[in-house]
Amino acid sequence: MSFEAPHIEYATLSPLLIVFGVALVGVLVEAFVPRRLRYLVQSVLALVGLVAALAATIWVATDLTVRGDGAARGSIVAEGAIAVDGPSVFVWGTLLLLSLISVLLFAERHLDGGLSAFAGQAAALPGTEAERQASTRGLEHTEVYPLMMFAVAGMMLFPASNDLLTMFVALEILSLPLYLLCGLARRRRLLSQEAALKYFMLGAFSSGFFLYGVALVYGFSGSTHLAAIAEAVNGRIGGQGLLLGGIALIAVGMLFKVGAAPFHSWTPDVYQGAPTAVTAFMAACTKIAAFGALLRLFYVAFGSAERDWTPMIWIVAILTMAVGSVFALSQTDIKRMLAYSSVAHAGFLLVGFVGLHEGGEGISSLQSVLFYLVTYGFMTVGAFAVVTLVRDAGGEANHLARWAGLGKESPLVAGIFAFFLLAMAGIPLTSGFTGKWAVFSSAAQGGAWPLVVIAVLLSVVAAFFYLRVIVLMYFSDPVGDAPAVAVPSILTTVTIAIGLAATVVLGILPGPVLDLAADAGAFIR
Amino acid sequence: MELYTPVIALAAIAAGFAVFSIVMSVATGPRRYNRAKLDSYECGIEPTPQPIGGGRVPVKYFITAMLFIVFDIEIIFLYPWAVAFDAMGIFGLVEMVLFIATVAIAYVYVWRRGGLEWD
Amino acid sequence: MNISLSEAAPVVSPTSGDGVLSLLWLIPALPALGALVILVLGNRRTSPWAHWLGTATVALSFLIGLVAFFQLLGRDESDRSVGQHLWTWFEAGSFTVDLGILYDPLSSLFVLLITGVGSLIHLYSVGYMAHDAARARFFGYLNLFVAAMLVLVLSDGYLGVFLGWEGVGLASYLLIGFWHHKPTAATAAKKAFVVNRVGDMGMVLATTLMFATFGTVSFEGVSELASGASQTTLNILALLLLLAACGKSAQVPLQSWLLDAMEGPTPVSALIHAATMVTAGVYLVVRSNFIYELTEVGRTAVVIVGAVTLLAGAIIGCAKDDIKKALAGSTMSQIGYMMLAAGLGVAGYAFAIFHLLTHGFFKANMFLGAGSVMHAMDDDVNMRHYGALQKAVPVTFLTFAMGYLAIIGFPGFSGFWSKDKIIETAFGESLWIGLAALAGAGITAFYMTRLMIMTFLGRKRWEPGVHPHESPKVMTIPLIVLAALSVLGGVLLLGDWIVDWLTPVVGHAEHHELPLPVIAYTLIVVAVVAVGVAVAWLLVAKRDIPREAPQKVSFVTRAARADLYGDAANEALLMRPGNNLVEGLVTFDDDYVDGVVDGTGSAAIGMSGTFRRIQTGYVRSYALSVFAGALLVVLALLAVNLG
Repeated sequence: MSFEAPHIEYATLSPLLIVFGVALVGVLVEAFVPRRLRYLVQSVLALVGLVAALAATIWVATDLTVRGDGAARGSIVAEGAIAVDGPSVFVWGTLLLLSLISVLLFAERHLDGGLSAFAGQAAALPGTEAERQASTRGLEHTEVYPLMMFAVAGMMLFPASNDLLTMFVALEILSLPLYLLCGLARRRRLLSQEAALKYFMLGAFSSGFFLYGVALVYGFSGSTHLAAIAEAVNGRIGGQGLLLGGIALIAVGMLFKVGAAPFHSWTPDVYQGAPTAVTAFMAACTKIAAFGALLRLFYVAFGSAERDWTPMIWIVAILTMAVGSVFALSQTDIKRMLAYSSVAHAGFLLVGFVGLHEGGEGISSLQSVLFYLVTYGFMTVGAFAVVTLVRDAGGEANHLARWAGLGKESPLVAGIFAFFLLAMAGIPLTSGFTGKWAVFSSAAQGGAWPLVVIAVLLSVVAAFFYLRVIVLMYFSDPVGDAPAVAVPSILTTVTIAIGLAATVVLGILPGPVLDLAADAGAFIR
Repeated sequence: MELYTPVIALAAIAAGFAVFSIVMSVATGPRRYNRAKLDSYECGIEPTPQPIGGGRVPVKYFITAMLFIVFDIEIIFLYPWAVAFDAMGIFGLVEMVLFIATVAIAYVYVWRRGGLEWD
Repeated sequence: MNISLSEAAPVVSPTSGDGVLSLLWLIPALPALGALVILVLGNRRTSPWAHWLGTATVALSFLIGLVAFFQLLGRDESDRSVGQHLWTWFEAGSFTVDLGILYDPLSSLFVLLITGVGSLIHLYSVGYMAHDAARARFFGYLNLFVAAMLVLVLSDGYLGVFLGWEGVGLASYLLIGFWHHKPTAATAAKKAFVVNRVGDMGMVLATTLMFATFGTVSFEGVSELASGASQTTLNILALLLLLAACGKSAQVPLQSWLLDAMEGPTPVSALIHAATMVTAGVYLVVRSNFIYELTEVGRTAVVIVGAVTLLAGAIIGCAKDDIKKALAGSTMSQIGYMMLAAGLGVAGYAFAIFHLLTHGFFKANMFLGAGSVMHAMDDDVNMRHYGALQKAVPVTFLTFAMGYLAIIGFPGFSGFWSKDKIIETAFGESLWIGLAALAGAGITAFYMTRLMIMTFLGRKRWEPGVHPHESPKVMTIPLIVLAALSVLGGVLLLGDWIVDWLTPVVGHAEHHELPLPVIAYTLIVVAVVAVGVAVAWLLVAKRDIPREAPQKVSFVTRAARADLYGDAANEALLMRPGNNLVEGLVTFDDDYVDGVVDGTGSAAIGMSGTFRRIQTGYVRSYALSVFAGALLVVLALLAVNLG
């Protein structure tokens, strides 16, 4: 029996391996470090790990080899399972930066009486003696850091997967820790547990779709390798039905993760129930990872079947934008509203995705979506970070009525939040505008005119509900006693400041990041 | 069609066996009921109705079950390696050590955090 | 309709400037700095000096603008377009968007208007807002507005215009809602913002379309390539730009926000909603002359919008008892004149801008005068509670009268020259358009005379306890300056100066023959105006004015009081279906989805509380929706292949 040892490019994969390694060390820390030291050790470890991974990513990025015609750079590693190319590295960098500022939110302990936002003892039943004890003894879960690192690792692997099975494994690696994290809120335990269970069940359901799709595509092409699938799709040997069914079911799994309608129903419940720090992390990073994977899968593997799937994506995009914008209007909970807003953003991203503009003239679709993801990520983390600050006796005051008159109570916090909302609405000189401009103009150049018109129309509707919150904060009087704005420690302050700075800078000087996205080039095949 | 004949035959045998065992146990088995036997799970868990005020299932059962699965899966990976370890050489050894280390980390976590203590 | 085609519009090709012209960026930067300082430091810390900082920055901008204007004047006629590259906003491969300044005869006039009238209104506000606790914030917003407006008129491309466009929209929103403790003000602010967003959509789509067609959005690039685009593209572009202009300039069908916008402090109404921001639409059309010159459809649409609005605004102005709303109706109407002129093409552009300038003077004057009257009358805006104020506020009365004579087109006053030219040009193009413009002039004379009589003449109908007094100097000086400008604004037309000045931007019109000699038109206009004044005199001055508005009135009056049912139409056509849609969807979500859920919930009674709480079954219906979605996706994919 002959055996050829597979070749693993450890150096190229170092960012991934660092994050996985740190996650494992985090588990060991949980096992051996005394309880009172864990918080410090874990948070420092996570930060150091992410910075190291970021440094490794930059190193990998400078070292990508040019391939073929020069449009794409990078290499396929780990026996064809992972593609480390321009877009992968770009997404990695974005994910790591956003995870860094999310870790700061995780570590915030100033807002809730010296404790983190996570449950003292997740297994304790809400409203029981055990739970009360856990909270009076000041217990807290520091497992959140390794869990988060596992999720980050999965998110990094997801868009870099060059093989459907690797992609599925990555999907599960990123999802499972998130399910757990959702259930760990210190306040409103029931809501949080409910969110976790819902997310888990629906996530499992959609994973099933994804896996079924993988099986069908394998049946069609005889391989799970993206390049081999692309070849089979191009040649159109074998059954049409298998391919179309496969594309459809894989799309369902993917669209669920990005929160596109009609697969969005989990978003508001989960965003509302999860601890806000987790929501911030999840809303920004999951979407980025999932869009990275969506782009790779549909551009690389199913690229030559675009005629088949573009109408479907058109419908989903329109539906997503409409559902996000319209339902957000009637929300009374700030986190639910932001959840629907993120659904709407997914719709705008799909517009960029389905523009299918190759570049050459102007911005390519890939570049525009990558850029939009960066802008979206920073403003989302920033906005949710602000949400953690507005509190009353029962924890965060998430009901919109409690935000009335915040402009008088705390002009700074209200001003910053208003700025994030204006950015999400796409007002010029914010990153939201440049991002929308990029996806709309690339989609227009790709010929998706009707879609762009609808998107602009719906972005007007969307602007309205952002405005509603601003009006509420500035032009209404507080109902009852005003919620207090808690003074955060340096950690949350830094997160908000970075989110704000990125939103301003990307609005005024988007050039460098657009250049980076352009430098990322195309996917390698 | 011939391609599927063995599959169909296998399915038929499996179904036949299932039906056969149920029928046989009803037909031939002795009927001596007691309280424990009538429970759904003979391991002692009360199914429904739950006690008032939020009854809880001892989490220990699940921990045990999950540990079992972890080590079960470990075997699945270890077995083929044991068969072909000489062909895979150093590479196989390194990968296996990494794998076992990963599993060990989870094991250590469970052990240190009291997952293996029954009470 | 017969619109003469002239040779294609001039291409924008700026040259670089030196000396003062290299300092052009300071013009918007100074007010922006003022806004930044005031808004960042906050109301409390800046309140002792914020109003002087705000006024000084705008005044300085005016001085720079003035020097730059004379520099430009001294240049050769072919060299009067100065470009200055500021910074590259987007750069990605072949895709670049530069932000830069284009300073040419058109923008130079706007800079002078904005900073000049802006300084006067800032000065006036120092007095007007003296007792407002948030005066510093007010000046911060006002500076923000001036900066954004200057960005709008100085940009060298559509994206820059859009930047300023959104900026003035934001500032206008903040200022309309400045007294947001009044629910009406908050609602009005929201309405203005939303209606403006509809217009902005036109701007976004036009910019995107330009980019997709020409690969550039700079005036330079678009004006050079425009003639190469297809007729359909040009038509759509022109209509989209018109939509944008309608939103900002309160033209039918997006007119409804302007009347409500009068909830803002009066200086805001004078600066933003009379003199400058609402004329941005006219600026956009005139600036885009290289597009409109190529599309007859576009120009016709502009003319129709202008004609309809000028009549609608005038009719609304006739029936309003609120002095500011009457003036707002008048603003709509006058901007209608400008739009009409702009739609007439090369022959009309210069007159549109001319009227825009004179209107800026006399309308700002009258709004500030109205503010002064309100100041005297304890902020009462109902003209039925005024009367016989000419003795009580003599300076205000005299300055207001100058504005009045200017707007009705009393011979010799600025409005006479500018309006007369528009009506004359309109007759030159089409009899019907000319008649509409002429009728507008008559109605204008009527409602302005009515306003004059109700406010300053007749007998006292004051509320008990009101003791009118003249405003302080800081408020009357701007009034006097603006009154002087209202009288003398006509000098811009001396020797056709303004037409020649704007020729490098909008092109030179062939002289067209009119069926009657020019003097005949002038006489007709004066006669019609005289009739309007006489009718108002007979109907208003000769009768008693009741303190309460009579309810038994003609249909026309009722319609005009209800803003010609603009809001009702919006409500019936847009708002209610929108609300119903949202409500319907929510009900669907509540009743249908949650109904399934509640059913599941009750079936599960008997299980423990916790268990039911989790099992409320949302998951089940969510899973159902995921499943339905999956079906949708599969069907959408298959449909393409079967179809």
